Amino acid sequence: MHRRLIWLGLFVVICFVAYMSFGARGPLSFVISFRGTKLAALLLVGVSISTSTVLFQTITQNRILTPSIMGFDALYVLILTAAVFFLGGMNFTSLSDQTIFIVTACAMTLSAFALFSTLLRKTQNNLMQMILTGIILGALFRSLTSFMQRMIDPNEFAVIQNVSYARFTQIETDLLAIAAALCGLALIFAWRMRFELDVITLGRETAINLGLDLKRAELKALMITAVLVAISTALVGPMAFLGLLVVSLARIVTPVEKHSVIFVSAAFISAITLVGGQTLLERVFRFSTPLSVVIDLVGGALFLILLIKGHRK
Amino acid sequence: MISIRNLSYQIGESQILTDVSVDIPHGKITALVGPNGAGKSSLLSLIARLVPRQTGSIDVGDLTIGECSNRDLAKRLSILPQMPDLLPRLSVQELVSFGRYPYHQGRPGPEDDEYVSHALEVFGLTELASRSVDELSGGQRQRAQIAMTFAQDTDYMLLDEPLNNLDIAASRSLMALLRDLAETHGKTIVIVLHDINYASRYADWLIAMADGRICVKGTPLDTVTPSLLRDVFNTDASIQNIDGLPVVIV
Repeated sequence: MHRRLIWLGLFVVICFVAYMSFGARGPLSFVISFRGTKLAALLLVGVSISTSTVLFQTITQNRILTPSIMGFDALYVLILTAAVFFLGGMNFTSLSDQTIFIVTACAMTLSAFALFSTLLRKTQNNLMQMILTGIILGALFRSLTSFMQRMIDPNEFAVIQNVSYARFTQIETDLLAIAAALCGLALIFAWRMRFELDVITLGRETAINLGLDLKRAELKALMITAVLVAISTALVGPMAFLGLLVVSLARIVTPVEKHSVIFVSAAFISAITLVGGQTLLERVFRFSTPLSVVIDLVGGALFLILLIKGHRK
Repeated sequence: MISIRNLSYQIGESQILTDVSVDIPHGKITALVGPNGAGKSSLLSLIARLVPRQTGSIDVGDLTIGECSNRDLAKRLSILPQMPDLLPRLSVQELVSFGRYPYHQGRPGPEDDEYVSHALEVFGLTELASRSVDELSGGQRQRAQIAMTFAQDTDYMLLDEPLNNLDIAASRSLMALLRDLAETHGKTIVIVLHDINYASRYADWLIAMADGRICVKGTPLDTVTPSLLRDVFNTDASIQNIDGLPVVIV
């Protein structure tokens, strides 16, 4: 298994080098700082989404659901729309990036935590009920979003459209620093939980039998998930199926139940997908399609396949 | 000894256990028998704090459920739930190693490895240690689960219907193994059984439940009687004494 991780690590390095060097022109310092910022953002988002998906799947005891599928992306667009609706497009765009980032990140962390820890925990043992809850919540958020979007000026609607898709091309360096610090902290907590998560995978009864304070562990994992998803979404926008795609691939490439392996493997695959994908789209396809659209297309197809196969565990 | 006092439990409107008070003797095999829905599994789940206690008290040795830490209790009492989730990609060795989690919290030492090897040996799983659990037969899988519970090295072991889906040879071999654990390792084993003949043959103590209450308790010789079958199981069957043990003739 370690050999596979080493191979994945090598692929990550190749992707990094390709992204930084392919078609690079101009002064080296500019290339490093310009592409380095985007690379760091891609990495941060990739690792945050893969880790939060692993945590969420362990806590909910299934291998299909991810925070995004449970209506989180719809919540993000709703929060942004509400901000434009109540503040007005002009006021919204006049807000600094830091303010928008901090407000959306906080609002989403709180909402996500409230959402995950109450509604979802009640439906934990019923996959279909959970998916339905997610679909209904997503529909509710989208209806509210659509309602507000109809009420606002078309120019203001354009502001919302602009921030409703994941974007890696316009990342503020200071936002990245804040996001990196917060996500880094959350990732350390997630890594420290790896053994507890292994035990939770055995099922709730066995976990309690083995002396785990299950409620506390679940709460901790949900908080970390909420922080990781909120910050990465607030930084670049929603990536609905990235988590499902990379974690499902990680479980195929490294078929073990140890979270120490799955965390690393999913993070590597996520980095390869984002950095490799962005390199291809930027350098080969000349920005003809946003990366998030391609990932959502492949990830969405995978979600349907897993759902049809009833691939729960 | 496990001491239960005035334990009641309900789910929604339905009363699962009603004012149960009973002592489970130390170092013996106690069989919990009764018809479906009698409250046997709920009683076991409450003792093992898998479900929150509503009223009454449960003492496991000198530990009181609800007052002691989960970790302390996990070193004293283990349970094999009725249908534990099984991860297909775990090897037998990895599964059994989880039994040591209350001691090493994810970082096993040489002593833990010894316990795991011993558990694999006791349950005849050494040869299968590297096999994935989904490659095992029902009997082997059940043994692997109980080996994990054994590796937990607790004085008290609770087993909820461990003979489910096992053929007669696997059932007998498992019960003989549990008998040996009680005798040679001094374990207190509480086991939910549906087949009263296994209870009669292998248990030292029998507790019969119906409608969430304890109906009869005592040695199998004293308790397995036509009135038990009639009052608790609502059936008439004859009982013969074979080798000094009561056997229900079905």
